[in-house]
Amino acid sequence: MLLGFPLLSLVIWLPVLIGLLVFATGGDRNAPMARLIAIIGSVLGFLVAIPLYTQFDPALSTMQFVEKHVWFERFNVHYHLGVDGISMPLILLNCFTTPLVVMAGWEVIRERVSQYMGAFLVMSGIVNGVFSSLDTILFYTFWEASLIPMFLIIGIWGGPNRVYAAIKFFLYTLLGSLLMLVAFIYLYQASDGSFSILDYHHLPLPIEPQILIFLAFLLAFAVKVPMWPVHTWLPDAHVEAPTGGSVLLAAILLKMGGYGFLRFSLPIVPDASQYLAGMMIALSLIAVVYIGLVALMQVDMKKLIAYSSIAHMGFVTLGFFLFNAYGLEGAMVQMISHGFISAAMFLCVGVLYDRLHSRQIADYGGVVNKMPVFAAFFMLFAMANAGLPGTSGFVGEFMVIMGAVKVNFWYAFLAATTLIFGAAYTLWLYKRVIFGEVASPAVEGLKDISKREFAILAILAISVLWLGVYPFPLTEVMHATVNELLVHVANSKL
Amino acid sequence: MQTLYLLVPLAPLIGAIIAGLFGRFIGRTWSHRITITLVFVSLVASIIIFMDVLEGNVFNGSVYTWLVTGDTRFEIGFLIDQLSATMMVVVSLVSLMVHIYTIGYMHDDPGYQRFFSYISLFTFSMMMLVMSNNFLQLFFGWEAVGLVSYLLIGFWYTRPTAIYANMKAFLVNRVGDFGFLLGIALVLMHFGSLDYATVFANAPQLADETVELIPGLPWLVISVICILLFIGAMGKSAQFPLHVWLPDSMEGPTPISALIHAATMVTAGIFMVARMSPLFELSEAALSMILIVGGITTLFMALVAVVQNDIKRVVAYSTLSQLGYMTVALGASAYSAAMFHLMTHAFFKAVLFLGAGSVIIAMHHVQNMQQMGGLKRYMPITYWTMFIAAVASAGVPGFSGFFSKDAIIEAVGFANIPGFEFAYFCVLVTVFVTALYTFRLIFMTFHGQPRMDAHTKEHLHESPWVVTLPLVVLAIPTIGAGWFIGPIVFGSYFDGAIHVLPQHDAITQLGAEFTGVFGMMIHALSTAPFWLSVAGIFTAWYLYIARTDLPEKIKRRILPVYTLLDRKYYIDEFYSWLFAGGSRALSSTLWKYGDIKIIDGFFVNGTARVVAWTAMFVRRFQTGYIYHYAFSMIVGVFILITLWLYQY
Repeated sequence: MLLGFPLLSLVIWLPVLIGLLVFATGGDRNAPMARLIAIIGSVLGFLVAIPLYTQFDPALSTMQFVEKHVWFERFNVHYHLGVDGISMPLILLNCFTTPLVVMAGWEVIRERVSQYMGAFLVMSGIVNGVFSSLDTILFYTFWEASLIPMFLIIGIWGGPNRVYAAIKFFLYTLLGSLLMLVAFIYLYQASDGSFSILDYHHLPLPIEPQILIFLAFLLAFAVKVPMWPVHTWLPDAHVEAPTGGSVLLAAILLKMGGYGFLRFSLPIVPDASQYLAGMMIALSLIAVVYIGLVALMQVDMKKLIAYSSIAHMGFVTLGFFLFNAYGLEGAMVQMISHGFISAAMFLCVGVLYDRLHSRQIADYGGVVNKMPVFAAFFMLFAMANAGLPGTSGFVGEFMVIMGAVKVNFWYAFLAATTLIFGAAYTLWLYKRVIFGEVASPAVEGLKDISKREFAILAILAISVLWLGVYPFPLTEVMHATVNELLVHVANSKL
Repeated sequence: MQTLYLLVPLAPLIGAIIAGLFGRFIGRTWSHRITITLVFVSLVASIIIFMDVLEGNVFNGSVYTWLVTGDTRFEIGFLIDQLSATMMVVVSLVSLMVHIYTIGYMHDDPGYQRFFSYISLFTFSMMMLVMSNNFLQLFFGWEAVGLVSYLLIGFWYTRPTAIYANMKAFLVNRVGDFGFLLGIALVLMHFGSLDYATVFANAPQLADETVELIPGLPWLVISVICILLFIGAMGKSAQFPLHVWLPDSMEGPTPISALIHAATMVTAGIFMVARMSPLFELSEAALSMILIVGGITTLFMALVAVVQNDIKRVVAYSTLSQLGYMTVALGASAYSAAMFHLMTHAFFKAVLFLGAGSVIIAMHHVQNMQQMGGLKRYMPITYWTMFIAAVASAGVPGFSGFFSKDAIIEAVGFANIPGFEFAYFCVLVTVFVTALYTFRLIFMTFHGQPRMDAHTKEHLHESPWVVTLPLVVLAIPTIGAGWFIGPIVFGSYFDGAIHVLPQHDAITQLGAEFTGVFGMMIHALSTAPFWLSVAGIFTAWYLYIARTDLPEKIKRRILPVYTLLDRKYYIDEFYSWLFAGGSRALSSTLWKYGDIKIIDGFFVNGTARVVAWTAMFVRRFQTGYIYHYAFSMIVGVFILITLWLYQY
């Protein structure tokens, strides 16, 4: 282990600095330069994050790669970083996704290229900060900062209704997080002046404040995940966002909500979490069934995938509140897998959108005749989205269902309906878009995917299959942390 | 030997990858050469393993750890015993024949390499399914064969009927898988493991445990598990009411109808229940359900076959009915008879399908039997192999189908599980119906006057050797496989792989009366099934050769019954109204009212509107005129003083 080397700082600040460098290339005259720096920077960002996995000690449940420096001495605020088995895979996922979104925007984005590319790199660093902060003020700073690049990505490079979507996205999520800040300030008082998340984990709290804190956290995290009924910003944001923005939103930003539950809600207010578990499970199951049904009748491809995304995230929150190892690890696997699959699905829609400039399912049909290679990739990802065994989509859902049946058969029953609904909306989409006779002259003129698109989709295809066939290496790093968390949640703090 | 185990599934997988990813570069000839060689390797390995198993070498071990969570290890591993070895040989043999046949059948298709890739991938998936030593891998294979079936039904993806049929097949199968996965979840919960060996060893201890899924209604845990698992089998093996996908799957190319939708994949459900015999034996409720479901499928699907005119659909409904036979056998605890019928059926049904395909090639892709007739003269090899298969299917003594079917009928007669009378009635009557529809097919296609147009008739000729060779090869076990009934069904062949409780053991009772294959044939001459079968063949001859005007008259006489059968009891219409229509309506309602009107319209945009209204209202006080501010202050002070005065 590289003792004392500030690896996490590097993982956070390297992309941010390179992002600023990309900004500095200026106008669109230097677009090739901006693209080049962005791709090098994002790949570099992934490479420097790899030691987080290779040097990680899976036997430890404590924080690793810890860095701690005083930031504001007067308020006891620290620059305190560290990762465990829950946050490390999410950081890797984030660093893995950034080069893909940079590549996805390679030829498609022609205006303000440097700002676009830079925003993604800065975003990548900020999100790494969210996942590794162990100080609430630091965390909150990163958390709110992450809104800005995304707001701009939707608001500047988005579709026709982008302003409504961007503001809806911003206000929805901001509103949620303000109550989280109030909770942090309460915890600061209750812990006699500490902003350390790890201190809060061991802070005894009576049940009433626990419930209030839980609800404050809930609003912040539920909006991000998003959980029913605070999910309606997501379809709008996705529809208007450029492809890269959708990928980042689905693959990474939603995971911030899931991560929040694991880092804050469960360990800080375990009694309230247990007390309100029934409600959380109910909301999650509504997400799985209700949203799964709503996805069926969508006419806009991106909206359909956005709804499918919400349904899949329902498995994540369901897994958290089952309080057993299957559920919790299944939820973690589901987060990572959803990162791959939703990214791939949005990229596939992006490939079509770049060619026909339409997201309406009705405008397509018979695409396979013109784009066989693309159709093969899309088939793989559609099947992964439908949770086919052998793809990553199966692993998380399987584990969560196994966990759910231990708690209550009917939870598992409702959750397992995704086997039917998930397949129904995904395959129906695939049938209408890909299969059939060539539907229009526009489809007739389609060209199969380029080498660049092939590379992106191939990388994701390998990831989806690898995680489906051999998920062992991923779950291996989580065990210690998850077991510790389960023990922790089982102990009352009252 | 363990390397050989790996070779069986991996060889076809490698073939699938080469033909699938590099098919465009290596060309058509090399694609089929490579895949066929690798499937042949798989067949040879399977046979060697089969011989080894016959010597008593059973293997149970893991290959790699898939996942560890909590205190459970999920492994990928193999269980090689009589059950899996039998399936391996059947699957690889039929698969090899279908691979060879495909060279002829798909000769002019632009998707040639893709087709080879898919059928090799299917072989891999099916091998993983049958070789598994745990529920998880079983589910992997289970879904993987479903995927390949989906891809192959929709192989001609520009046909609207094909892409509707493949989606339907996948979704109906998913309904079954829904139950199957819940069953697996309950197994994991109650046994703490998904390994067959652990689960089966601990099953008896769970025999009396109950669970209240609905409060106040205690159920045996084992019954709940078995019924859920069987729902999975109903999907895959197309049992009523989840049978609707199989007839539509005929939209796929004929080789896969033979391989997937007749010989191998659809029997996965039968194999699964036989594999789980230590669990199913403990649940009389589940066995009873299996008997009744199987009985309904056997009889009612056979009746539909009688009125079909599409040659492939006749064979498809025949498959449904034969699967019903196997299911009934399972319900009667005659697992070995079910497995035996699975094997003989795989051979004779593959011949029927491949023969039908040969006819379709000759007829230039016309499938309507009303436009055929008299083909015997032009295609003797196809005719004779199909004739053998038809005789076997109808259960004429000496041919494979006779032995396996007779064993099932007798075993059901000996069973004592509730519902066996109904099942016995169904399987018995169906003997007549089976002989009728099978020979109706033979007579309408090969005998009588040619009814095709002149152009087609001119070009009629026997299919090339790549098509007829598989027919001949598969015709051999169609005749001969039945003669092994002694050791396989009544002997000790499946000992250790299949468990039957003494009180359910109809097969042993039957075995006590078994005096060898000749004895069985002679005994059959004095029993109902034989005469029913003869009557069926005679009726077919009378209606379709002797008095060809009669079918039309009968049809007019019993028009309502005919229509009911022709429309397949209106089940498709009912499902598409209730499930497809229902979920679409529900979906629209939830979306338009739940999401758009209530959440977004009322709460989200409503909040925004309230903020806007408040701002508009408050703005009126911010006029900039000092007397407005002064007035507001006075009102404010007045209100505050009033409140202060009245608070006591």
